[in-house]
Amino acid sequence: MTQITNVPSHEPTTIYIKPTKGLAALNLRDLWTYRELIFFMVWRDVKVKYKQTLLGMAWAVIQPVMTMLVFTFLFDKVAKLPTEGIPYPVFSFTALLPWGLFVVALNQGSRSLVAHNNMVTKIYFPRLILPMSSVFAGLVDFAIAFVILIALMIYYQVTPAWNLLWTLPFFLLLAIITALGVALWLSAVNVKYRDVNQALPFLTQFWLFATPVAYSASVVSAKWQILYSLNPMAGVVNGFRWALLGAGNGPDITLWVSVTISILIFISGLFYFRSMEKTFADTI
Amino acid sequence: MTTAISVQNLGKQYKIGAAETKFRYNMLRDVIVDTVSAPIRLAKALVGKSDRRLNQNFIWALNDVSFDLDEGKVLGIVGRNGAGKSTLLKILSRVTEPTTGTVSVRGRVGSLLEVGTGFHPELTGRENIYMNGAILGMKRSQIDRNFDAIVDFSEVGQFIDTPVKRYSSGMYLRLAFAVAAHLEPDILVVDEVLAVGDAEFQRKCIGKMNDVAQQGRTVLFVSHNMSAILRLTQEAIVLKKGQLIKRAPTPEAVDFYLASGQAESGERVWEADEIPMASAPFKPVAIKIKERSGAVVDTIRSTEPVVIEFEYQLDAPVTGLRVGMYLNTMRGEYVFTAFDTDDAQQFEQFGARTAGRYVSRCEIPADFFNEGRYYLGVNASSFGVKRFFMDENAISFNVDISGAPGTQWPELRQGPIRPRLNWKIEKLD
Repeated sequence: MTQITNVPSHEPTTIYIKPTKGLAALNLRDLWTYRELIFFMVWRDVKVKYKQTLLGMAWAVIQPVMTMLVFTFLFDKVAKLPTEGIPYPVFSFTALLPWGLFVVALNQGSRSLVAHNNMVTKIYFPRLILPMSSVFAGLVDFAIAFVILIALMIYYQVTPAWNLLWTLPFFLLLAIITALGVALWLSAVNVKYRDVNQALPFLTQFWLFATPVAYSASVVSAKWQILYSLNPMAGVVNGFRWALLGAGNGPDITLWVSVTISILIFISGLFYFRSMEKTFADTI
Repeated sequence: MTTAISVQNLGKQYKIGAAETKFRYNMLRDVIVDTVSAPIRLAKALVGKSDRRLNQNFIWALNDVSFDLDEGKVLGIVGRNGAGKSTLLKILSRVTEPTTGTVSVRGRVGSLLEVGTGFHPELTGRENIYMNGAILGMKRSQIDRNFDAIVDFSEVGQFIDTPVKRYSSGMYLRLAFAVAAHLEPDILVVDEVLAVGDAEFQRKCIGKMNDVAQQGRTVLFVSHNMSAILRLTQEAIVLKKGQLIKRAPTPEAVDFYLASGQAESGERVWEADEIPMASAPFKPVAIKIKERSGAVVDTIRSTEPVVIEFEYQLDAPVTGLRVGMYLNTMRGEYVFTAFDTDDAQQFEQFGARTAGRYVSRCEIPADFFNEGRYYLGVNASSFGVKRFFMDENAISFNVDISGAPGTQWPELRQGPIRPRLNWKIEKLD
């Protein structure tokens, strides 16, 4: 929000507050100073999420498993979609992992600034921390669901694609960058226009259909593949299936389209967020 | 002596009026028109052009304010609601960015206006201390070091591992304050926080502020309570409509503020830009001090009754409304608080009011006031629901005591009231 120049001298340091013009500097140093706050925010989100629930952390398991069961019934037993020889439960659950992370990040992240408006209007801290910690908090659920996936793979005797497994962190990073990029855009817009709140459920649903979670990306005909990969989550989900199960053709031009879009959303989101940041406290 | 805060030509512009016109639907037709034009509005918003229905009024909440403050000084800031006091503090604590001008601040700014920010009801006291500390910019090691002191100070001791949603509001506030108080800021900013909490808590706040000042740290203190300002600060600045109009030793600044900042005519009219948006649907119009004859006066006679008239507008029906006043002496001591629906029957009749223009009028009997200057605050609220409007400093007036009891002796009588008591003298032997 404010350009801060820390004079490199003895304590206490002098802070200069003045109006920022044009694109605000990213000021990542400030973010580093406040790194402990990110940790505490994530810790709080995780801690509070399942408080006063009967089933507690079990919800992190129930939600993706139930979705997987519904998908299995609809798309495997009824619609009989092709799954490239992989048992459908494993096939869809592998996609539900990054998708779940994305949905939590999208929804919590986009609402994070408005949800914490008392913090935004009362104290200074790098505002980036709010959407960031919402996204990171989703990683805990992701980790729990990952254990379930391992159990499912053992049960269905699916051998992991050992030689590809090392690429998994890359696809996870891609999922995080995509989610964070979208959350940066939507959270900043949400400060001024609460229409975002109304659009989120619809957006989430629409996005799910546009992503090969319940079905295989191979059902999309070849001439539409490039257009299809403009959805960066398509790249993430295909990547997860390829890295874990060896399904699909592996990285090709469509992956790089997804990666490019994802990075574009992230970088532009970062700058948009930073340029709106100075008015957050006034308009929220 | 080093300068702790240096403010130069500081200005902050706010856009007002937008929220006011946005959702005013009178008829179904308006709703339909609004819905149909939504895509156009969206397109305009996306290309950065504002909706022209939102009347773009700008006000300068702060305008060309400059001052320096030396390290270790305690500075009072006084001014009416909307004078720019809170905006100034918000800029100093970097919550919002100035529109013009610069500030340089030496050291970390901590403010007691952030008390309890980030507290989560589901977390225990212990967890909230760490959480809140991190939000306020404390390092984990610093919280560890101060943990016992914070718990001691808050007096919540045995409940430290209980979720704070089970705390009483007093305990909650004490814990929140304890964290903020151990922040060890170089510059402490206190804004009206003393208005919350019980007397004991206020005493603690003032004590903490004194400690901070004693340690040679810089304090900025904003309050409507003139006695607190007089007691705690040596120097004060007066803000009026965003401008700094006076800087002087506190007694002089307070006198200046009370004498000049007020409506001198016995009448105060609220301008549109003085009414906060949040007060809707309540809109103050004017308050008048009148003699029984109906003349509006600035100086009243202690021996005559005085009529107070508060005129206001309700843009929508309000239930449970009470409109009233606080009477204070010039030094900030309360004399009384009274509401127009204090009488149960009156409340039954007027507690729920339809939209329209109203006046609440009361008469303060003769032989009530002592000599000096008094100021009236006004308040409109629904008890336990919402405080619509409050101006603790709406108007002031002088009292002339000629003819009052005891004026044959030319001496200063103590106390804010000067009643004509029914003395009976009997000889007993």
